[in-house]
Amino acid sequence: MSPTQPRLYAVAYIAFAVVLLSTLIASPLWLGAAPLQMQFDARLAPPSASHWLGTDALGREVWARTLAGLRLSFWVGISAALLGTAIALTLAAIATLSSKLDALISLLIDTLLSVPHLILLLLIAFALGGGTQAVIIAVALTHWPSLARVLRAELLTLRHAPYVCISRSLGKSRGFILLYHLLPHVLPHCLVGALLLFPHAILHEAALTFLGVGLDPNQPAIGVLLADAMRYITAGYWWLGVFPGLGLLLLVLCIDRLAFTLRRAL
Amino acid sequence: MLEAHHLEFGFRPEQLVLNDISLALSEGEWLGLSGDSGAGKSTLGKLLAGQLSPKDGRICIDGGPLPARGLSPVQWLPQSPELAVNPRWRVAKILREAWQPPAALLHAFGIQPAWLSRFPHALSGGELQRVCVVRALAPGVRYLIADEISTMLDPITQVALWQALKTYAEKHRLGVLVISHDTALLERLCPRRYHLTQGVLAASG
Repeated sequence: MSPTQPRLYAVAYIAFAVVLLSTLIASPLWLGAAPLQMQFDARLAPPSASHWLGTDALGREVWARTLAGLRLSFWVGISAALLGTAIALTLAAIATLSSKLDALISLLIDTLLSVPHLILLLLIAFALGGGTQAVIIAVALTHWPSLARVLRAELLTLRHAPYVCISRSLGKSRGFILLYHLLPHVLPHCLVGALLLFPHAILHEAALTFLGVGLDPNQPAIGVLLADAMRYITAGYWWLGVFPGLGLLLLVLCIDRLAFTLRRAL
Repeated sequence: MLEAHHLEFGFRPEQLVLNDISLALSEGEWLGLSGDSGAGKSTLGKLLAGQLSPKDGRICIDGGPLPARGLSPVQWLPQSPELAVNPRWRVAKILREAWQPPAALLHAFGIQPAWLSRFPHALSGGELQRVCVVRALAPGVRYLIADEISTMLDPITQVALWQALKTYAEKHRLGVLVISHDTALLERLCPRRYHLTQGVLAASG
């Protein structure tokens, strides 16, 4: 593979992600009330020319609800990913200040990594009473350790780099060194880390909502759609679960591939 | 005066790299340090500049310890200049981190104004080394630890660099510890020289 290929892939994925995400973000403009609009004469209609991806038990269009659900997942995902990355970066930066703080933060990282994060996720989301904010906080609080571990290792290595040692001997403060020498170096790692966290956050949001401690059941979230579909799947209404599931898979794959190619390109 | 008293240092507890090292470097003096590869020359240089802490012994400047904060009066110039600069900074910013060197000084060291807007990777090793040397000449610096700074330069650039540094050091009474494998260079630059063998220092001239 030539050195330019990862960059070409990255550009292609960025273009695809931009199209997909712009469609999702702009969807309320042209979806209007479609995700919530009931048509009692077209309940549980299979996919057809008039109902592209079929309708649910209340006659609501599955395509409209899937798009609305993916949009919601996108915002939850991006918020949780940014919050998780901010926590990881802050704690990794604090770890560089002294060996005691480093030991404390390393212990916290190891402890959190040793606990199955789905259990922790459920407990935090449940303790916070469910809802969008609870999901965002729960995902962020359970997903920062692996990124923090990478950032901490990178920052600690960099702290002993000759140019950082020289900066220190030139009288620069710890804050200056952190802000101008160390953090700019790990920002690409943060970007990739946030992008890798993003699909996790979306999947966990859907899982939590499916399990009943996530988003409000009245919202057209992917987890809500999948939970609703479970009641009808054995009756042969396959489109209720398949299309939201495929939509989620496409979004997650798109972001995951984007992060993967960016990591190789940067 | 920069002094080292009975320094001991090892990267592993049971193995000393430097054993009972004592030396003194006066202001305005040029002191040479030679030794085999792996003898501990760079380690001694880093200890003197405060980049490493000795296992035993102490380093004094005018009888007191090296300052823990602020500009260190002892500056270390490493062999590889590309590791001594932030690769994301332009040359002007690299220099400004220490001070704003006058144009005459930049000229004396052959630093061209066009280099200032370049990133380190756009300069050769010799060009970057000159930038590192000028950065280390900030007001308040009294001693330089020049750790094989001319090893990777061609002979003409070596002469130009040492001449410029010698002129500046004499004018500002800088003490310079020249670490090198090149005994001819040390004999030319330094009236007093040491040789480091297996962690032990011996006067060689």
